[in-house]
Amino acid sequence: MPCDYVEERLHGYLDDELDAAGAAEFERHLKSCPECSAALSAERALRKSLAQAQLYELAPASLRSAVQARIGSASGKQTVTTMQPQINWKWLATAAILLLAISTALLTMAVLRMRGAAPEFAIAAVDAHLRSLQQGHLADVQSTDQHTVKPWFNGRIPNSPRVVDLGKEDFPLIGGRIDVVGQTPVSTLVYRRAKHMISLTAVPADSHFELGKVPKSVNGYNVVHWTDNGLTYWAISDLELKELEDFAHLFRTSQTEL
Amino acid sequence: MLEAQERERFEACVLPHLDAAFNLARWLLRDRRDAEDVAQEAMLRAYRFFHTYRTGDARAWLLQIVRNCCYDWLNKNRPADLQDELQEGSLPSKELSPEALALANQDRNRLVKALESLPPHFREFLVLRELEGCSYKEIAAITSRPIGSVMSGLARARQQLREALLAQEPARKEMGRAV
Repeated sequence: MPCDYVEERLHGYLDDELDAAGAAEFERHLKSCPECSAALSAERALRKSLAQAQLYELAPASLRSAVQARIGSASGKQTVTTMQPQINWKWLATAAILLLAISTALLTMAVLRMRGAAPEFAIAAVDAHLRSLQQGHLADVQSTDQHTVKPWFNGRIPNSPRVVDLGKEDFPLIGGRIDVVGQTPVSTLVYRRAKHMISLTAVPADSHFELGKVPKSVNGYNVVHWTDNGLTYWAISDLELKELEDFAHLFRTSQTEL
Repeated sequence: MLEAQERERFEACVLPHLDAAFNLARWLLRDRRDAEDVAQEAMLRAYRFFHTYRTGDARAWLLQIVRNCCYDWLNKNRPADLQDELQEGSLPSKELSPEALALANQDRNRLVKALESLPPHFREFLVLRELEGCSYKEIAAITSRPIGSVMSGLARARQQLREALLAQEPARKEMGRAV
């Protein structure tokens, strides 16, 4: 039996429904709890047999045609029923201008509110990410080789970061740089997925940056954070949140550390 | 003409989820023929109330209607199905070995039986999650439950399924003695 604390979390983890911080915490727990590891593999086996049994049953053709007949389906005779709706262009133009004005105002308010409420680190990390996207600022050391990037940090910051190669998973390493957040120099690794850059900043977890309720995005940039081995990691990118979470998962579980 | 537009929108948004509607009905009613009737009724109900759907998750919106139709139908035609709820905790809670599960693979019927033996209020969690691939948020919307209860509901449903699979083993061996 899995231990009480994680019994339900195990299902959240299995179903990919924990956030990055929760998943990292659970993965840490897994390492020290054989019961949970066993329970997790049992759940995965059960899921596999459910999938293999192909239990999903498709609607019979008779149902489809009955439904279409009952709602008087238009498909097949679309040429007859297609009608151009009447559009009042003058009204539409006025509405569009109004809508634009309102949405601009709302957006500005939303940005201002977010700036005020978001814990300062998320904003600072997004700012650093934005700065890095300016020409020539992406990386202080540019290399796809983790064995070049990791030693570069030696002597520049107190503790050199964990550097893994995720090229095989389509997140190639681009390089690394030092960001200054608050007044603290921190290490940032740069990864790439297609044309999207990912900044991965590591900060000692005991630093004064408070881990409160962090927004999942700041100014349109997605933010994923988790704590592992005394460091808090911040991944910032314009990549979709799901993909950024996948990246976080790969980084956490990757064995290819230097 | 508004009606034609509305119908085209219904066909584009809702009709593609007919398989999902049928599958949920089939597993809640445990019968393909009943499922066909109830799914058809649910589709028509969805069409009549299509004006209440605006944007968003059309599948979840439809499945919520299908689920309601199924429970209405069970209530009317097979109320005993809904009284199963209290038959839990009577089975031994041993863990099922990977080997036993591998055996279960070979026998789709065993899984079908086990799944069908669960009370519908737990069965639906597994159908929506494992067959339909719904997120917790969608499951919460479809079943009108708070999202926080989905994780614990799934945990219990999986445990029950495991117990039901396990319970089939002695039943097979002791078939000659007692049923």
